[in-house]
This record gives sequence, C-alpha cells and structure tokens, in this order.
Amino acid sequence: MPVSDFQPVIGLEVHAQLLTQSKIFCGCSTAFGAEPNRNTCPVCLGMPGVLPVLNQRVVEFAVRTGLALECTVKKTSVWSRKNYFYPDLPKGYQITQYDQPICEHGRLVIDTPQGEKVIRVRRIHMEEDAGKNVHDASGGQSLVDLNRAGVPLLEIVSEPDLRDADEAVEYLKAMRDVLVYLGVNDGNLEEGSFRCDANVSVMPKGSSTYGQRCELKNLNSFRFLKQAIEYEISRQVDVIESGGKVDQETRLWDVNKGVTRSMRSKEEAHDYRYFPEPDLPPLHVSDAAIDAAAKALPELPRAKLTRFTSQYGLPAYDARILTAERPLADFFEACAAHYADAKKLSNWFLGELMRLLKEEGTPLSALRFTPAQLAELLGAVDKGTVSANAGKDVLGEMFRTGKAPADIIAEKGLAQVSDTGAIEAVVDDILAKNAGEVEKYRAGKKQVFGFFVGQVMRAMKGKGNPTLVNDLLKKKLGD
Amino acid sequence: MQLTDLTMLELAAKLAAGAVSSEEATRACLERIRQVDPKVRAFLRVDEEGALVAARASDARRKAGNPASPLDGVPVGLKDIFLTEGVETTAGSRILEGFVPPYDATVVRLLKEAGLPLVGKLNMDEFAMGSSNESSAYSLTHNPWDLTRTPGGSSGGSSAAVAAREVFGALGTDTGGSIRQPAALTNTVGLKPTYGRVSRFGIIAFASSLDQPGPMTRTVGDTAALLQLIARHDPQDATSAAVETPDYSADLEGGVRGLRLGVPREYFIEGMDPEVEASVREALREYERLGATLVDVSLPHTKYALATYYLIAPAEASSNLARYDGIRYGQRAKDARGLKELYAQTRERGFGPEVKRRIMLGTYALSAGYYDAYYLRAQKVRTLIREDFTKVFKDVDAVLSPTSPVPAFKLGEKVDDPLSMYLMDVFTLPCNLAGLPGLSVPCGFTKAGLPVGLQVLGRPFDEARLLRIARAYEREHDFFLRPAPLRG
Repeated sequence: MPVSDFQPVIGLEVHAQLLTQSKIFCGCSTAFGAEPNRNTCPVCLGMPGVLPVLNQRVVEFAVRTGLALECTVKKTSVWSRKNYFYPDLPKGYQITQYDQPICEHGRLVIDTPQGEKVIRVRRIHMEEDAGKNVHDASGGQSLVDLNRAGVPLLEIVSEPDLRDADEAVEYLKAMRDVLVYLGVNDGNLEEGSFRCDANVSVMPKGSSTYGQRCELKNLNSFRFLKQAIEYEISRQVDVIESGGKVDQETRLWDVNKGVTRSMRSKEEAHDYRYFPEPDLPPLHVSDAAIDAAAKALPELPRAKLTRFTSQYGLPAYDARILTAERPLADFFEACAAHYADAKKLSNWFLGELMRLLKEEGTPLSALRFTPAQLAELLGAVDKGTVSANAGKDVLGEMFRTGKAPADIIAEKGLAQVSDTGAIEAVVDDILAKNAGEVEKYRAGKKQVFGFFVGQVMRAMKGKGNPTLVNDLLKKKLGD
Repeated sequence: MQLTDLTMLELAAKLAAGAVSSEEATRACLERIRQVDPKVRAFLRVDEEGALVAARASDARRKAGNPASPLDGVPVGLKDIFLTEGVETTAGSRILEGFVPPYDATVVRLLKEAGLPLVGKLNMDEFAMGSSNESSAYSLTHNPWDLTRTPGGSSGGSSAAVAAREVFGALGTDTGGSIRQPAALTNTVGLKPTYGRVSRFGIIAFASSLDQPGPMTRTVGDTAALLQLIARHDPQDATSAAVETPDYSADLEGGVRGLRLGVPREYFIEGMDPEVEASVREALREYERLGATLVDVSLPHTKYALATYYLIAPAEASSNLARYDGIRYGQRAKDARGLKELYAQTRERGFGPEVKRRIMLGTYALSAGYYDAYYLRAQKVRTLIREDFTKVFKDVDAVLSPTSPVPAFKLGEKVDDPLSMYLMDVFTLPCNLAGLPGLSVPCGFTKAGLPVGLQVLGRPFDEARLLRIARAYEREHDFFLRPAPLRG
C-alpha cells in the first residue's frame, strides 16, 4: 500500500515554561541567561532536608490556561514524584502531577483546509523543569547548570486527534497564540521555553485501531515539527510495507540528517515509580478562585479575530495579522477609537507600522507615539495636509522621536500645497514652457500627461496636492 | 551533685537566678562528655567552640535581664539528622561524610534563637533506619545502663547522651518509634509530636509522611519546655500544621482524675518480655489509684501495622535517598568511568546494608505492576489503622501501652536478623502511620536494672494532655533521679 493508503494519527505534548518571577517550589529567580547556578538555593539544588513550598502563581496560571482551553478545572489535584536518575535532576525525582492533574477534558479549535477542527485536550498538569547538562568538549567534563531546575512548566497533552503534520503545526501555533495571549508563556521555541513532543502512529485507512506509536523529541521549531512528523510517517509506512512491525520507542529528530533515530526502546524505558508526593498536601482550588480566573480571562486569539472581521469589517487576512499578538491588537483598537476608517488604518498597520517595528526591532511596548497621534497623522493625509508618501516619512519620524505629527510636518515643511491659485500659476508656467508637448497631447498622445504632472511636482518640490495638480492640468489641457 | 545532674528546668531556674552561668553549664557538659563519652560514644561531633560562643552570648542576655526564652543558656545535643549551618551533618552515613550544610533546619534555628547552646551532633542509625543505632556508619553507641546493650534507635545517640547526662536534653526524630523506643530503653522521656506539629524543614528525610522531630529529656517537664520552643507552624514545610501552640507546661500538674485511659488488647502480646509487661501493668494500676478509669479497647488493624510500615517507609525512603548521587555534595566514587558507574559506585560504597535493603524494598514496592498490590494497598490499610484510633479516641482520652516489647538488647544480638529488629517497633509505629502524638515515660526497671518505658498515645495535637498523663505518673516515682551506672 502507498503512503496515501495509511492514516497518520498524531498527538502533541506541549511543555510551556510559565512566566512567573520565581520558581515553582522556592524563591529563586526564573530569569533566563544568568551565570550558571546563580539562580539556585538549597531547595532547587536538592540539598538534604529541603522541602518544596508551592508558588501560588503557578496554580493561577494553570487555572487560567485550563479555562482558556475549556477544560474542567479540578478542585482537588495531587502532586506526584517521578523518579529517575540524571545529573540535571537534583532530587532524583521530578515533582509533577500524574493521575490527578489540575485540568482535564479541554479543546482547542484549529483551521484546516476542510474548515474548523476541534482538537481535544486530554489534560494539563504542572511540574518543575530540570536543569541542564553542559558537556565540555575540550576537558571531557560534564557540567551541570541548575538555573532552570524548578522553573514551573505546564504540560498540555492533546488527544490523538491530529491527522497530518500540517494539523500538528496549526495546533502548535494556535496553542502558542493562546498561551502568549494569556501572558503565561513567551512562546519561544528556540530558547526552549515552549517545546513539544509528538506521538505519531499510522494505521490503514478505514481502520479504527491505532498503530504502535513513537514519541518524537527535539522538535524546536514549527518547521522541524512538520519535517519530523512527515519523515516519521513515511518511515513507519515503510516498516509496515516491508513486512515489519513498528516498535514503541522514543525517537530523536536529527536536524542535520533530517531523520528521526531511535533514542530509547520500550524495554529501556524508565519505570518512573510514580507515587503521591508526601511533602505536598493535595492541591485544592476553590470555586471562588476559578470564578475569579474566568472573569479575568482575556479575549482569546480566535474570538478576537472573529470580532475584528465583524466589528471593523476587516478582511480575514488583515484580522489575522492584527490579532496574532495581543499588544498589536490592543494598539490597533486604541487607534481605531480615534479613527473611523478601519481598513485604511489596517493598511497603515500592515504596511508602514509593521515595517518600522521589524526594521527597528522595537517592541510595541516601547512605541513613542500615542494612538491619538497616529489617528491625527492619518487624518492629515485624508485632508490632504500631507501627501501619503510624506505621511510615511512623518510616521518614521514619530517612530524615532515621538514628536507630534503636526510639529514634524511644520519642521520639515512637508505640508502639501493645496492653494489652487499657487498650483495654477505653476501649471500655467509649465504648459507655457512646454508648448511642443502640449501640442502632442492635444494631438492624442495622452501619455504625455504624466510628464506634465512630474514637471509640476518637481517645480513644487513634491508638495503639490496631487489631486489638485491633476484636476488643473486636465482643465488647462482642455479635457 | 554535679551541675550535669540538674534537669533542664532546674538549670534554667539557676540561670535565671544568676546562681550559675550558661558557660559553666556548657563547660560541665563538655567535661562530662570527655569523661564518659569514650565509653558511651553518643557523640559523632562535639562543637565545643560553637557551644561556648552561644553560652557566653546567653550569659550576656541573662545579665542584661533579656533572656531569649525560659531555656536560654541550657545546653542540648542534636541527632545528626538535623542540618546545622557550618557543622558537618551526616545522618550516620558514609555518603554524607564531610557534608557541611549551608543552612540550619528550622528547629535548629528556633533553638538558636531561644538561646540554647548546641553542644554537638549525636550518633544515629544510618538515615534513621534501625532500632539499635548499630547501622551507623561511624560508631557503636552503648546504653549507659548496660554498656553491652543498645541505647535503642534510631535516636540512640540522643537517648544515650541524655541518659549519661552529657547534655541536658536533645532532639531526635521519630519515623516508627525512633524517639520513644530509645527513650524507653534508657530511662528517659521522649515525645513524638503530632505529624505536622514540628517543622521537618532541614531534617534529612527518611520517610516524609512519617518523620517527626521531638524532644528527648530526663523529665516530662523538660520535654514540655523543649517542645514549647519548637512546636510551631513553619511556612517552609507545606505539611506543617497551622495550629496554635498551647502552653504545654500550664496544666502539667493537672493529674489524671476523671480521665479515661484505653488499654489496647493488641498491645499486650505473646512473646513480650514478662518483666516489661509486669512494669507496664503496675503503671496501669498506678493510674487507677490516681483516679483514672482504665478502658479495655481494641485497635483491630494493629497486626497489619508492621507490614504497612515496611512498605510505606521504604517506598518514600527509596525516593528521598535518590539525591545522594555523588553529583552535588557528599561522597563521590573517584575512579568511576561514566555516569552509570559513578552512580553505582557512589551508592554502593556510600550506603550501608540496612539502607540498601530498604531502598530495594521501597523501589520494588513502587515498581510498575506492583504499586497497586503493595504501596497503594498499604496506604489503604494505613487509613484503617488511623480509623481504629479515631474510633477509640471517641471513648478514651489516651491509650497506654508498653513502648518496646523488650528492654535493651545486647549489641550484635539482632544485627543479622532484620525481621526481629523490625519487631522492636511493633508498638510504636502505628502512631506514626496514624500521625498521632506519642510519648514514652520511664516506668521502672527489670531485675537486671534495665529501664522500661510506658507509651502514651493521644489525639492529634493533644500533646499537652499526654504530658499531663505522663507527669502524673512521674510525680509518684523517682526513676528519673537515678543515675545510669555506665557499666558493662
């Protein structure tokens, strides 16, 4: 059977570092990039005698995420120990949640070529991150950096509802958008603060029994996720086609070779010996806390996108870009409150503003001008006070200096000449000087018109109101 | 009479009156240790300098009329399971040899804040796993009442040091009887508080859901005073109870008239030492004479306690001891090649046989496929054991029993017989499984002169009543006055 006769079945496990100030079980900072082992204390170093104390912010973030993903938030959940030896795991066990996670039975809607699709979320649980082993190539030594040990993580596990690599990528993007919107995660795949493992299996089309699955690791970009899943699907199909059996195992995505390779077989899999963490009582979340979190829930990306198309009459393309990040969407809405033509505003956002943000590498939070000032600039363009081109220069200047648009227009002399008399004088002058061209035009060579516009604008140093220049030229040429 | 013969409260009174200084008392302890510890071997480490500095600071506070607590200046010892900043702490294990903690356990901090000079670290069974102190990787501690016998365990260094009057009091920890059993075997008082009453932060964990630190002293009054300093909620221990601390000494002399005291039939078993039983029965009659009503009660699941304990405690221990991997602190196998060898050799050489036995037992009990049959089932039985007590405490105010089925046994006698060693805790460990407070108070001697202990168990957070019950008996006897002969 060819690949097309097989149905891939995919589930994703997302690990998202929570944006808390301190670690999950101690007061150490979660800041990224500190000198190795700087952000540590006896607790996250796993010293003898230490005990974990739960950071309540972590619970708040988990509840918020659970509600956003339409989960049931459990009023009682239980901490467990996952036991295994590794140098980056100071206590020899990870404190996590196992058979009683904080959230269950959620969903996330994604877009597919066939339309919207609901991907079920099986569970969300909280856990602590491990540290990092650093292998020193020169000295043959391995070093351990425990700055990351104890940084809070959410693990979000989907049901195996995804059917191809593109759906998996869509799901991961939608998940990232939600988490970033909620302010619980920075969505950074490259730095590993947002990561994912994929469980992939294939079965003959029409079958209702899932095939043996493999877990893929090291998928630290959307591109790698897609490539690894596609590779793995064809690998599994090949194994079955050649009469073999897919073994349950953990496989690592090899970025350089573009293949997945076996990391751990089922036999080598750890027996984690989970048991309830005796140092932490069961976690209780009150109805009041859940209600408060529900009330404080921001509008989510998908809802915002729908509203942007209906409320502002924007095309889906525009709405999608404008709502991709919450600060951009918020800024757009702040501007729209001062300026009625949402589509025109969107054009400026998608064009000039995003170009400037990208080129200057400025975050929106550091923007130097106000929504009202941007609206003022667009109004000036509409009124013809400045040309659209000059308006772009003004925006650039606002971006760099934070000066008011009116001041910039005045300082730089960018105001458009809309005085009919003044323009008429110039038009007359140009036509008089170019009598030969006027003859040609009148003889039917209409393309000379552009030449006249150019001459007038040049004489006016680009400040002539183009509509007026056009109108007057046409009138004088007898059109 | 020597200074070290005083009880904690007697010394505190003399310190308050200015009749003696803390430095004198501390020097008396240090001198006593020099004299008798070569025979008893209770101490792993004596912190002479630290103790004297603290004693002089205490004297300055007393002089300024500003004592930090009623026991300010009274020197005590610590089981080597309590982390002490800057002072080596090993839990009696080779694997922690040379480990100098960067922080103080909460109870250590509380004692320092209360002004008590900490004289040193006391021997114990390795990681508190044992009932005779013989699993210590460092030395053999001898019972001051008969130097050929065990001082009990795992807090055997603490019981021996108190009984030999090397310190005025000590702290121990109790996971299955490790405070009460050594107290019973050395004619001292030992209290295991309610689980959550005293902070576990900074105490080297054996079995997290069972461990609880507590005082070990010569009298009930001293235990009440020492408990007063350490019983409080600790935000650094999530299992610490936010329950107000009563004044444990206020009602100490209140007597037992009108109290209903349960005598569980499951705690008087065949095979227990007849002299122990006789002493305890005599104590029960004493309580009747003092006006209490004895009530025959049943704790039917007692027979499962030992098996339950030896699944839960090793399971938790197997996980708690995973951190001793040679990576960050303690001993590391120097010549290991590769990570697996590093782990294997470090732990092979660092842990003693009893610790290895329990790690393997616990690892097995938690393994995939066995978890439900062992660990989970043990937790269910644990609930039944707790419910036994809950039912009984609806009818009675406390439960009385022997602390240990036998008096101090010979060193070496049970070392090769772990099962008979485990039986030493048969009366003490149900209390840990149920999370209840329990204490042991001296109740006489065998003909051979070996101490016998009476155990008093109570409702959660009812330590004050247990102390009052124990004190009512102690007041009628002078066992605590008798000095240990320090002979073998």
